[in-house]
Amino acid sequence: MQTLPLAITKWFKDQRWSLHPHQQEVFERSAEKSLLLIAPTGGGKTMAGFLPTLADLMCERFEGLHTIYVSPLKALTADIRRNLMRPIEGLGLNIRVEDRTGDTSQTLKRRQRVDPPQILLTTPESLALLISYEEAPKIFSGLQRVIVDEAHALSESKRGDQLMLALSRLERLAPNMRRMALSATVDDPRALANEFAPHPATTHIVLADPGPPADIRILSSANRAPWSGGGGRYAIPDILKEIANHKTTLVFHNTRAQAEIFFHHLWMENESDLPIGIHHGSLSKDARASVENAMVNGELRAVVCTGSLDLGIDWGNVDLVIQVGAPKNVKRLVQRIGRSNHRYNAPSKALLVPANQFEIVECVAALEASGTYALDKTEKAGEPLDVLCQHILIRACSGPFDADELFEEMRTVGAFKETTRRTFDECLDFCATGGYALRAYDKWQRLTQRPDRLWQLRDPRAAARIRMNIGTIQDTDTLKVKMRGGGRTLGEVEEAFAATLTPGETFMIGGQIVKYEAMRELTVQVSRSQSKTPRVAVFSGTKFATSLELSERILRILNNPEQYRLPEQANSWIDLQQSFSEIPKTDSILIECFPHDGRCHACLYGFAGRNAQQTLGLLVTHRMEKLGLAPLGFVATDYATLIWGLEQVDSWPQLLNSSTLREDLDGWLAGNAVMKRTFRSVSTIAGLIERNSPQHKKTGRQATFSSDILYDTLRKYDPDHLMLKITRREALAGLVDFGRIEEMLERTKGRINVISLAHVSPLAAPMLLEVGKVPIYGEGRERLEAETAQILLRTAGLE
Amino acid sequence: MHVDQMNTYSFTLNKIILQALSSGALWVESEGLLCVSDLHLGKSDRIARRLGLMLPPYESTETLSRLGEIIEQTKPRLVLCLGDSFDDLEAEASLSQAERDTLNTLQAGRDWIWIAGNHDPLPLSVGGQCMRDFSINGLVFRHEATDALFEVSGHYHPKHRIKNGRSRPAFIHDERRVIMPAFGLYTGGLSATSSEIRHWFPNRAIAVLCGGATPMPVPL
Repeated sequence: MQTLPLAITKWFKDQRWSLHPHQQEVFERSAEKSLLLIAPTGGGKTMAGFLPTLADLMCERFEGLHTIYVSPLKALTADIRRNLMRPIEGLGLNIRVEDRTGDTSQTLKRRQRVDPPQILLTTPESLALLISYEEAPKIFSGLQRVIVDEAHALSESKRGDQLMLALSRLERLAPNMRRMALSATVDDPRALANEFAPHPATTHIVLADPGPPADIRILSSANRAPWSGGGGRYAIPDILKEIANHKTTLVFHNTRAQAEIFFHHLWMENESDLPIGIHHGSLSKDARASVENAMVNGELRAVVCTGSLDLGIDWGNVDLVIQVGAPKNVKRLVQRIGRSNHRYNAPSKALLVPANQFEIVECVAALEASGTYALDKTEKAGEPLDVLCQHILIRACSGPFDADELFEEMRTVGAFKETTRRTFDECLDFCATGGYALRAYDKWQRLTQRPDRLWQLRDPRAAARIRMNIGTIQDTDTLKVKMRGGGRTLGEVEEAFAATLTPGETFMIGGQIVKYEAMRELTVQVSRSQSKTPRVAVFSGTKFATSLELSERILRILNNPEQYRLPEQANSWIDLQQSFSEIPKTDSILIECFPHDGRCHACLYGFAGRNAQQTLGLLVTHRMEKLGLAPLGFVATDYATLIWGLEQVDSWPQLLNSSTLREDLDGWLAGNAVMKRTFRSVSTIAGLIERNSPQHKKTGRQATFSSDILYDTLRKYDPDHLMLKITRREALAGLVDFGRIEEMLERTKGRINVISLAHVSPLAAPMLLEVGKVPIYGEGRERLEAETAQILLRTAGLE
Repeated sequence: MHVDQMNTYSFTLNKIILQALSSGALWVESEGLLCVSDLHLGKSDRIARRLGLMLPPYESTETLSRLGEIIEQTKPRLVLCLGDSFDDLEAEASLSQAERDTLNTLQAGRDWIWIAGNHDPLPLSVGGQCMRDFSINGLVFRHEATDALFEVSGHYHPKHRIKNGRSRPAFIHDERRVIMPAFGLYTGGLSATSSEIRHWFPNRAIAVLCGGATPMPVPL
């Protein structure tokens, strides 16, 4: 058992801080190979994580890298550094603490490789990059500790898999290394612990007292919420009042676009000139940093933000969290609320602002769930082989390697503990030769095996390109937005959005309105504008899936509103739905058909969860295409699928037949848009195609071609290729959820209730503005395109 | 052969009727001439050699098979490849025996001209004649556009999209010239509205969108 050095105990006393029992326990067990601390926000997790390091560094002079701290967010590392410097300076320790993230300057990064600090704060991607350097063995040889913060968030994504592979490498370079994971409350601590341990070792779990429950209310506004839309504009006067009544408020939005619009309107109605800032991931590094600093210095009364401020950032003064729009995931809600009143023993305070009528019901359901601590489950899709391929390439960048050794190493990662040598060899072959049935690249292999059986890069210069593409976050291509005439960078927009802009058009970014001028060398040049009707930049952002449990709760509330304390306006909204159409039931499928915007719409209420509703959309539109019903697209939420097209559909029982749907499953799997999207992401991670390339940056000419072409070519000539296998598996596990569709069909036993309406119903209205629409490229769209071409010709007088 | 039963878009350049096919090929019936541009054969080989990326190595086979289909339909007297037929000279050397055999079969019984491109300066080692440019009946065919009148060229890989549609490879033409889309499978594209392409069409031009059931003309 370890005991805390006296100087640290004394310093704690001087600060009038006392050690929490879980901090004490973590310290006592700090010699263990692997530890997991689960504590609520405000429970001093990070301090608990760093205490062993401070104690080590206090007792002996240590040269080189001692501790690596990994967090999922860049912003978090800056924040942690500030908090860490306090005890370090207070104790008079001579310790260097440095960040290393995508925002760190090249000069500093280079220096860190030669002369690393004792404590390095980084992200999974920057760590992966660091182990790809030839100096890696030297940098990490003395490494003692790795702290993984917000481990629950990382474990949900491929970023976590990449991190665990990096740790398996560090374990080899630094056999003394001990790991500690810090996590907010999770539903299955054992699963997280198992994933975190270097297999077959185990992780000891330290559970902190969860603290008092949060004080969460739903805003009751005198203004009526609209039927659809996500902005929450109607509540701006109420929100301004709340901001004025608190010290510092965080206003969370589910998407960047919503945060932008909301901030704009908030600013216009902010008559008492409260200092309010905006913070989201598409803003420039400088813009984000200045808001963060103003926040820490207490200069802001509120920050309008998105997930970029989501995780554990320690904002001391925040005493209210406002969530605009329904929290799509209860776990996220509880973590967000953790932002406020950052004292362990005081309840945190949060206000939910439903953005539309449906969201009032969603919020009531979410509140009920958070009260009972029924947190959402997260599901993952087996061994992420694309991440493994990237890891093999990263390993090759740092120097020649032995395949047996690498195989052993990666099998210590939980996600790969069942991976066979055959599968590993298939990944290695893909990295080396492309893995094609046609062995075309004998001369130009990416990796070659030397006579001593070690693998190495054929062309060492390839390392630079591989490094440019490290990471598993699928960021869509974005372009910088700059003020014309060499002005500063305002932020980024997606390429797809930029392509739709015409000169003179206005849009919002960073809370200001700008006018699009021109595209120059891959930056969007803009000027200031006074327009009152700007467009909103599209960010595909993250789509959250609501848990199935939440969907079921919502169905219960809709059917028995009297048993829940709903605001009056929500009750009358449900009554309206009842009289205009019907309330969806558990034992039948409600389909509302209505015309909208010149198209036939059909809304299918299955309450089967987003994955299943999405699959249903794909299968039904696939069949509609076959029947000549010219579907144009669909969008799915957790509750329903909205399909639109050129033709009226009246064969719903036939379209929703369980055996035809199953029959179609295989056929569709191959050709649909979701598969292509999955292929793009998988093959980018695995290194088949590049996200970043030096050429692309230089010329701005579209030298690349769509990954859809590669997908179609592989399907035609090499259907058993590794990338197709990974794509299929991921699509099946993550997106398909065919089981839930069958459950839904089983539950409803073919009872389909089709209602024709003159216009959209209250319940379907929010679907019209839902993001993530999936276009169907078929007969319907070709018809429309041909019509457009006709109109253009006629207008030009060329017909 | 007569191809008006095929879906084509016809226009004239110096009084000669040209037909744009949805595949991105150009058919000049009066001369029995089939023209394709920017095949970029062997592109995957060059990318592997230069960048270390190993794309599915099937694009030359696929491009030649699509070219074969159009030759089958039009039965041309002369096939004209308008430059950048090979991604570079080493890529030409990389063609597999099967691909060479296919090319030989396509060339049998007709004239075949390779026009020099910026990727593939002449001469080439495969069958067929190599030329810098080619003139017939008052039309001139070369890889990159010049100020000359009545010119057919390629090089830019023009693409265009209209409302409700996707970005598609496109012919761009006015009464003076036509710039052809790339025929090769692994070829990116340049927006038809970019200044590089617009430069050649100071006035009104037509973009003919390819890849659908029929070629679709729209004003640019």
